[in-house]
Amino acid sequence: MNIAHKLVVISVTLTCTAAIAQTTAFSGATVHTAGPQGTLENATVIIEGGRITAVGTEIEIPADATRIDASGKIITPGLFSPLGQIGLSEVGAVAGTNDATQRGNEFSASFDVAQAYNPRSILVAISRIDGVTRAAITPRAGGPDDAGNSSHVLSGLGSVVHLGDSPEHFVRHGAVVVANFGESGSVVAAGSRAAAVQILRNALNDAAEYAENRAAFEQAEWRDLSVSRNDLEVLQSVLDRSTAMLFNVNRASDLMVVINLAEEYNIRAIIAGGAEAWMVADHLSAANIPVILNGMNNLPGDFDHINARLDSADLLLDAGVKIAFGAGAQTQSARLLTQAAGISVANGLTWDQALAAITLAPAQIFGVDDTVGSIEPGKDADLVIWSADPLELTSYPDQVYVQGAAVSMQSRQTLLRDRYLQSAGDRPPAFRK
Amino acid sequence: MKNLSPLILLLPAFLAMSACESGTQQDGPEAYPSRYEALPSATTILQNATVLTGTGDRLDDADVLMQDGKIVAVGSDLAAGEATVIDATGMWITPGVIDVHSHLGNYPSPGVDAHSDGNEATDPNTAEVWAEHSVWPQDPGFVTALAGGVTSLQILPGSANLFGGRGVTLKNIPNRSVLDMKFPGAPHGLKMACGENPKRFYGNQGRAPSTRMGNVAGYRTAWIAAADYRDKMAAAENGLGEAPLRDLKLETLAGVLNGEILVHNHCYRADEMAVMLEIAKEFDYKVTAFHHGVEAYKIADLLRESDTCAAIWADWYGFKMEAFDGIRENAAILDRANACTVMHSDDDLGIQRLNQESAKVIGAAARVGIDIPPERAIRWISSNAAKALGIADVTGSLEPGKMADVTLWDRNPFSVYAQAQKVFIDGALVYDRNDASVNPVTDFTLGTSAQHGGAQ
Repeated sequence: MNIAHKLVVISVTLTCTAAIAQTTAFSGATVHTAGPQGTLENATVIIEGGRITAVGTEIEIPADATRIDASGKIITPGLFSPLGQIGLSEVGAVAGTNDATQRGNEFSASFDVAQAYNPRSILVAISRIDGVTRAAITPRAGGPDDAGNSSHVLSGLGSVVHLGDSPEHFVRHGAVVVANFGESGSVVAAGSRAAAVQILRNALNDAAEYAENRAAFEQAEWRDLSVSRNDLEVLQSVLDRSTAMLFNVNRASDLMVVINLAEEYNIRAIIAGGAEAWMVADHLSAANIPVILNGMNNLPGDFDHINARLDSADLLLDAGVKIAFGAGAQTQSARLLTQAAGISVANGLTWDQALAAITLAPAQIFGVDDTVGSIEPGKDADLVIWSADPLELTSYPDQVYVQGAAVSMQSRQTLLRDRYLQSAGDRPPAFRK
Repeated sequence: MKNLSPLILLLPAFLAMSACESGTQQDGPEAYPSRYEALPSATTILQNATVLTGTGDRLDDADVLMQDGKIVAVGSDLAAGEATVIDATGMWITPGVIDVHSHLGNYPSPGVDAHSDGNEATDPNTAEVWAEHSVWPQDPGFVTALAGGVTSLQILPGSANLFGGRGVTLKNIPNRSVLDMKFPGAPHGLKMACGENPKRFYGNQGRAPSTRMGNVAGYRTAWIAAADYRDKMAAAENGLGEAPLRDLKLETLAGVLNGEILVHNHCYRADEMAVMLEIAKEFDYKVTAFHHGVEAYKIADLLRESDTCAAIWADWYGFKMEAFDGIRENAAILDRANACTVMHSDDDLGIQRLNQESAKVIGAAARVGIDIPPERAIRWISSNAAKALGIADVTGSLEPGKMADVTLWDRNPFSVYAQAQKVFIDGALVYDRNDASVNPVTDFTLGTSAQHGGAQ
């Protein structure tokens, strides 16, 4: 078992000891649980110790509970951003604030962006006051820089963080290894998408060989393998299915390559992008491979997107493929998850399917649905209280809770807003605080 | 409000357009004239809808009558006569959406290097280039924008240069040549750019400008030459001296000084926009619109005073340093100050949902207790946009005599679930969500899923 998995256990333990003991009851709201209880009208949610303890319409509120009247409001699970660089990228074009790409043409299964995560990023507050409580932070592919260095077929390890204030930010460290196939693979792999496949195959073959001959390898009695020892270790967790491999890939033929590779090596694959996934929906469904869709892109931005369409989500769900949104709503734009979901409703999804695609489904895809993704007893109390229909862009959260704690609804942007909403006075804006 | 404010709104644009119709060249007929012709249209009445006129009014249970490509009447219980009747009960009607900042055609899909035709990034001043000479009319993005209710759009050069060249305003009906799409009589735009892009691009080559002060020196130097060129041309027309050799670069800049060409100025930071307004004063021209204006909310009063539109995104921020202070309330603060507020896309996906971009602002404003009703917000993507393009006397609102550029929505267009159902340009039905046989398909799209409705 790998290091990443051990860290998960530790972080969960710490979260428990740091949890809040107080009991809070939210009553009167319409609760979209995204779980087995579906949607409940005039319902009560009780949270205690940072966890949800009860949800329903006939719930007795404990005498010592803090009561929050949420009548007329809507409560959903916190939203889950499945891709992006919150905390890894502060300003897109300011190089020193960007830590999600390892260049240097080195194979990089073990490049671990968690080591660069900044929980005080302004993006944390900006995202969470619009309802995003969990985010996968994922390394990015990068083409040649000024020195000609690219990233590699693998971008590295991605993790899942919560966007609350408790100091143990990692919900799951090392949840995925990110791979780049199709055109993005071609860019980083000698100019052909076939080369990207070959490089990954070599690495996976070497990882299997390494596992069976570790002792000899340690004593330098084994041949040189194509990737480093750190990378071989991380690939063990891919081969034993404890870590998923997330493929950035869009063209239908490349998706078939991933489907076949996943079967051959018995790895857990996740598709990110998947513009043409609808064309191979039955294959994805049979292989149980989920797709993180863009949700807004219907144009052939490149030749891998020739058959992109807005109703992809509906076609994939019909075929039984699990989908999430987020490939087009990342980092600064993580708060646009609700827009992607809303658009999908206009293009065939039911409202509940759309909500699941930004809550429960991404939690399942990243293997953290035991603690988040839906409003169910036993799960972390990540709740959003909305003014109105959360998928409408005219709606907004009144309050967001992460692990049972109400987060500050202030961000750098609300501070700017409040300063410039004030009338001009005798002094310049710098004196308005 | 009833009649007064639309008139005030339209006046400057009307003047600008009249000036333009005299042509942007010194002599002879207009170069590269529009060959656009309205498609054949039936007299059509849309009945019993909620109508957002674009002038700030909302009419409930109202009709819109279109004939010969023009709006004939807007109101309740209009006589249908021989018109084709479309029952729009429960639906909403707005002016066709107008995007003042698009790169469809000059940064088309697919976005391959061979299609990268938006930035003539070979000199900080390329006022001589015209975006229309880059526009590839087979860009599938025109059709997807049409499905988003967009009836007119301005294609601009990119922002690598201080002076990027001329923009062109199009009717959104894909055709064989850009000339067949050119909005008849629309003034040319001049794309200018502040800030990071020019100074980075040229500074990295060891050329000027490499700083913001270098940017400003570049603008001023160019305007001095343009004023001299304009004066010599004018003198020669009056028989005083010989006309200088025609210079395409200076001709564009002189067109701005003569009020024929509208300045569309890419600029993010409030302090830079304030400087640009001073340069306009120094050389006696008008900044018609700042584009992107991520910090426009900090100078809403200055923009109102100079009658300069702010064409902005709802919520783009943080992708570069000059976008660090972007806030979703930008448009709300501008609109509250009665500054000309315009939602633009600069994006082939964003252009498909300018209504949703506006909805984000409505939501952000509501969060701080500012109510923006739909009849007010629609101005950002219709009449205010038309004003910024100098075409507000002929389109951008549902008023008798204007072009019948109309979008029919299945519900309040500021709902995320809203979709354009029918789109009319000059009275002709050019998009119908429920009848794919009506809809255009660009050559590039043939044989793809989009042809069969995938790119709706």
